[in-house]
Amino acid sequence: MLKVNDINVYYGSIHAVKGISFDVNKGEIVTLIGANGAGKSTILNSVAGLLKTRTGSIEFEGQSILGTAPHLIVSKGLAMCPEGRRIFLQMSVEENLEMGGYTRKNQEAEQSLINVYDRFPRLKERRKQQAGTLSGGEQQMLAIGRALMSRPSLLMLDEPSMGLAPILVDQIFAIIKELNESGTTILLVEQNARMALSVADRGYVLETGRIVSSASASVLLNDDAVRKAYLGG
Amino acid sequence: MKKVKKLRKSTRSSLITYGLVILFFVIVQVMMITGNLSSSLRGQLVPIAAYIVMAVSLNLTVGILGELSLGHAGFMSIGAFAGVIVSTSLENQIANAPLRLAVSMLVGGILAAVVGVIVGVPALRLRGDYLAIVTLAFGEIIKNVINILYVGYDSSGLSLSLKSANALGLEEGGKVVLNGPMGAVGISRISTVTAGFVLIIVTLFIVLNLMHSRSGRAIMAVRDNRIAAESVGISITKYKLMAFVISAALAGLAGSLYALNFSTVVAKKFDFNTSILVLVFVVLGGIGNIRGSIIAAAVLTVLPELLRQFNDYRMLLYAIILILVMIATNNEKIKNLINRVTLMLDLKTKNDPKKGGAA
Repeated sequence: MLKVNDINVYYGSIHAVKGISFDVNKGEIVTLIGANGAGKSTILNSVAGLLKTRTGSIEFEGQSILGTAPHLIVSKGLAMCPEGRRIFLQMSVEENLEMGGYTRKNQEAEQSLINVYDRFPRLKERRKQQAGTLSGGEQQMLAIGRALMSRPSLLMLDEPSMGLAPILVDQIFAIIKELNESGTTILLVEQNARMALSVADRGYVLETGRIVSSASASVLLNDDAVRKAYLGG
Repeated sequence: MKKVKKLRKSTRSSLITYGLVILFFVIVQVMMITGNLSSSLRGQLVPIAAYIVMAVSLNLTVGILGELSLGHAGFMSIGAFAGVIVSTSLENQIANAPLRLAVSMLVGGILAAVVGVIVGVPALRLRGDYLAIVTLAFGEIIKNVINILYVGYDSSGLSLSLKSANALGLEEGGKVVLNGPMGAVGISRISTVTAGFVLIIVTLFIVLNLMHSRSGRAIMAVRDNRIAAESVGISITKYKLMAFVISAALAGLAGSLYALNFSTVVAKKFDFNTSILVLVFVVLGGIGNIRGSIIAAAVLTVLPELLRQFNDYRMLLYAIILILVMIATNNEKIKNLINRVTLMLDLKTKNDPKKGGAA
C-alpha cells in the first residue's frame, strides 16, 4: 500500500533521515519506534508531503506521491494526525471535524461526521465546546477524529500517546486497534514502544536516521537489544 | 438544525455591521442637508470611507489570514494612480461622472489585484516578520516607481516615460496626467460620499461573506494552525493568496476613490506612514474584528481634525502603540493571557452548559 524506498531528508545541512526504506501493507498496523531525534516524525512528515524529500521514492497504492502537495495527498486517502495534536483551538469540536472533511463533498463529510461521532461519543457530547477547552485525551480523540473525516485508507499517527495519562494511553491504543479492525491501515510513530508494539503487526526500529532492525512486533517485543534500549530492560 | 442557528448568529453580527454603516451614512446625509456639518469635516468624508475600506481590507490579511503586511498603502497607491489615469483618459468618452468613477475604481482594483498576485506568489512563501519586511519594501518600491513615472494623454492615447514630462512628446492639447514627483494634478474630483458608502457596503459584503464561507474557514484554519490545515487537505498557498489578493484589490478600489477626491495626488502620500496608519486602525479596532476596523478608521481619521493639538502627538502614539503591539504579539505569556481571557469570555456568553448538552 505504502512503499518508501531509500529516502533522504535534510533540515538545512542536517541529514535527518538517511536512506530509509519500509513498506506498509493493506490492513496492517506498522509502527516506527525509536528514541528522540531518530527521525520518526520526519519520516511521517515527508510521507505526508509536509517536508521535502531530497532523494528516494514514496509510492502510495502504486502511485508516486513524492513532491505532491500535502493537500492533494490527503485527497488520495492518506491522512496524518500530526504530533502534538494540532487541533484548531479556537474552533468548536464540530468545526474541527468539519475542517477534517475539507477535501470531501458535503454529503460525504456529513456521513463521516456521523461515523466519527459513533466512534467517539465523547466528541458528540462536546460538539459545541471550544476545542481548546477539551482535556488532553479528548483533544487526541478529536485529532484522530479529524483525520478520519477524510476517510483515509491509510492513517498516519504521530505520537498519539504524547502527554497523556496512562489510562488515556490505553484508551487511545484501544481506539487504534479498533480502527484497524474496521479496515483502516495504520502507520504509527511512537516513543511508547511497548504500547506500540503490543498493537502493531510489524515494527521498524530507528536510530539516528537509520533503520537498525525490523521484524514482526512480537519478535521485537522479545528481542534483547530492543528490550534494553527501548522497553526498559 | 445547528447549521441554521450558526448561520443566524453570524448573519446577525453581519447585519449589525451593515446597519452601523447605513446608520452612519444616513446621519451624515441628514447633517449635510441641514447644514450641521462643518466644511472641514465634510471634506473628510470620502477619505474616511477610503480608510475604512483600507482598514477592513487590511484586516483580511492581518486578522483573518494572520499575516502582517506593512505595504498596504502600496496597493492603495496603484489603485489611486490607475484610477486617476483612467478617469482622465475617459473624460470625453464617459461624460457621466459616477459611471466614470465606477470604471476608474474597477480598473484600479483589478490592477492592484494583479500586482497582489505578482507580489503574493513569491512573498507569501515567507511568514511573520519576513513577510512584513518584504511587503514594507514593496510599498517603498511602488512609491519610488510612481515618483519617476510620467504619463500623458492626447488624441493618440496614453504615453509613458521615465525621464520627464517633455519626453512624453504630447500633441497640442495633450495633458500630463502623472507628472513624476509632482504627482497627478488637475484631477476632476468625481468621488462622492455616496460612492464611498457604496464601496464600504461592497467591501463588507465581500469580506464578511468570505469570512463565513468555506474558503474563509480554510483561511482561518491556515492562520490558526498551518500544519493542521495542511494535514486536513487545505492548500495553504491557494488560500493565503486568495486572502492577500482580495485584500489588495479592495485597497486598490479605496485608492481610486481616495485619489479622485482630490485635485492633486502625489506618490509620497501613500508611503510607509499610511500603511502604518491603516495598521493602527486595524490594531486599535481589534485584529480580526471588522466592525472595530470601521469604527477605528472613522474615529482616527476624524480625531486629528477635531483635535488639532492631538495631531502633534499622533506619530508618538503610533510608535507607542506599535511597540506595545510588538511586545504583546511576541510574548507567549501575554498571548496565552489574551487567549485565556477571550476563552473565558466566550464560555460565559456563548457556552451555556445547558445549551451545549442538547444533541
